[in-house]
Amino acid sequence: MNIVVCVKYVPDATAERQFESDHTVDRVGVDGLLSELDEYAVEQALQLREKRDGEEIEITALCVGPEQATDAIRKALQMGVDKGVHVVDDAIAGSDSLATSLVLAKAVEKIGDVDLVMCGMASTDASMSVVPAMLAERLGLPQVTFASAVESQGEVFRVRRDGDTATEIVEGRLPMVLSVTDQTGEARYPSFKGIMAAKKKPLESWSLSDLGVDAEKVGLSAAWSAVEDTEARPPRSQGEIVTDEDGSGAKALVDFLASKKFI
Amino acid sequence: MTEILVLVDHVDGAVRKPTLELLTIARRLGEPSAVFIGADASQAIESLKKYGAEKVYVVDDADMATYLVAPKAEALQQLVEKTSPGAVLISSNAEGKEIAARLAVKLDSGIITDAVDVQSDGGTPVTTQSVFAGNFTVTAKVTQGTPIITVKPNAATPEAVDGAATEEKVEVSVSDGAKTAKIIKSEPRKASGRPELTEAAIVVSGGRGTGGNFEPVEQFADSLGAAVGASRAAVDSGWMPHAFQVGQTGKTVSPQLYVAAGISGAIQHRAGMQTSKTIIAVNKDEEAPLFELVDFGVVGDLHAVLPAATEGVTERKG
Ligand SMILES: Cc1cc2nc3c(=O)[nH]c(=O)nc-3n(C[C@H](O)[C@H](O)[C@H](O)COP(=O)(O)OP(=O)(O)OC[C@H]3O[C@@H](n4cnc5c(N)ncnc54)[C@H](O)[C@@H]3O)c2cc1C
Ligand SMILES: Nc1ncnc2c1ncn2[C@@H]1O[C@H](COP(=O)(O)O)[C@@H](O)[C@H]1O
Repeated sequence: MNIVVCVKYVPDATAERQFESDHTVDRVGVDGLLSELDEYAVEQALQLREKRDGEEIEITALCVGPEQATDAIRKALQMGVDKGVHVVDDAIAGSDSLATSLVLAKAVEKIGDVDLVMCGMASTDASMSVVPAMLAERLGLPQVTFASAVESQGEVFRVRRDGDTATEIVEGRLPMVLSVTDQTGEARYPSFKGIMAAKKKPLESWSLSDLGVDAEKVGLSAAWSAVEDTEARPPRSQGEIVTDEDGSGAKALVDFLASKKFI
Repeated sequence: MTEILVLVDHVDGAVRKPTLELLTIARRLGEPSAVFIGADASQAIESLKKYGAEKVYVVDDADMATYLVAPKAEALQQLVEKTSPGAVLISSNAEGKEIAARLAVKLDSGIITDAVDVQSDGGTPVTTQSVFAGNFTVTAKVTQGTPIITVKPNAATPEAVDGAATEEKVEVSVSDGAKTAKIIKSEPRKASGRPELTEAAIVVSGGRGTGGNFEPVEQFADSLGAAVGASRAAVDSGWMPHAFQVGQTGKTVSPQLYVAAGISGAIQHRAGMQTSKTIIAVNKDEEAPLFELVDFGVVGDLHAVLPAATEGVTERKG
């Protein structure tokens, strides 16, 4: 079985994230890393291989992103993925989700014979949760998304999807696109052995022309939505803090609620 | 006037409140036409009429609801091609965003997700989004094709206005390819009797600091008529179902008042609550990062503070 895990390189959420003057996300000035939510997809791919002892399973980490994005692929290789594919091209900068999903779909086609495309539930920067559905649409594959638990037998996958109003069990058959949530279970840390082994694993770099994607179809100028303005929210100023002593805290709290007309 | 398509989010025919908000937003942009997919639209048509829907397209197909996302995207595509609307508005939940995603690819149209406000610039929707854990606001427009916009709950107050709600049955063809992810079981969430987390005016959340005892949190919430939320630590410990989680991988809430009890205030939790109007924290550690954001904070044990506050609130309400 061939599994491709889509991993994104994102600005560190604990750092000061910024916009560039053209309103694109600053992906260079801020330290980046493998999107935490994609680690869960890598973990589920690795667990699937461990569960299917005896079956030949190759796992490829696929990333569309700037030069530094190799860091994200590297981390996936250290966790145990077999090889990496990095699509990097100056023309890609500023791409929207439609263009990103186009490039990812072409790369999946070029990797070839892919049975399972795995994604995280959302990227931690854009947080749109749309790329997996777009990939399924473009590749003409079933979409089994937002899985909070995954079970499989042969080609049939059954997942739990915790929706707004109901918990559903969704069933799909390979080949398909599967996205997983952080409820699927903690991702492993790379072991020392894994870190050493990763250095020798193949990591290919493809450009748009390798994929036959027209540069005009991607990037900021081809984005089908335009940001007019970005504005930092004014910082919240800290209000009153009281220390509770023998019920004084509750009383002050109730007074505050009343002063704000919540009661 | 241009039609604005609003996809109706409903549970067995009962329209959910965010859809009514979409109708109000649609009226700023053009003439709202609701799209109902499912069996028995009669109850829905009644509420859609009260909130200004001029037309209701009914795709009477119960089978569609047994597959994930794809058939609804196909149905919407066919409706957009038939009506050439000025925009398509969809509720920002997991399924809504994915329907929007597939629709955008099908129509070669731009997509904007998670709008917290939509205004009209001469009929063109201008959206406001809150990004990077609520630290930035972004305004944007779709520049190609039919704008496809998903809108978060509470983006508008639903206005009651009488619409014609003319019913028009539409036949759509759904490909076999769209019926490949089958919902084989669906367990509706039990009603808690409390307001819906994403729609509530007041939310009271508990974290690891509850030690697994959510009673003080629930009772305080009930005294205020609030919804109950939880941090991921509380969810991961099995104290609350995932549907109650507030934060990056849970729900984003933006109520008038958010009360966090026994929650430290990690960035992933803040991402889901920091645009709340008023924020209160109860935490026994005065160094808890959440205190940086609060309008009012109590340093103390939630097991003592909340029950006493519940009593105080109940007394005042008399
Ligand atoms: C990819 C990813 C996604 C995540 N998504 C989310 C998310 O959506 N939502 C979310 O909440 N978290 C999320 N997290 C987890 C987040 O990083 C924190 O671990 C989590 O929010 C901590 O929950 P907590 O504040 O309840 O627990 P803690 O951080 O352990 O804080 C408990 C607090 O309770 C206080 N306390 C203890 N006892 C009492 C008492 N008796 N009275 C009063 N106060 C007391 C302590 O002082 C402490 O401040 C995510 C993490 C990752 C990596
Ligand atoms: N540039 C990218 N490279 C690789 N995978 C991506 C990229 N962007 C999005 N993805 C995948 O799509 C998922 C959802 O992303 P998004 O729709 O941006 O929230 C992520 O968790 C990744 O698995």
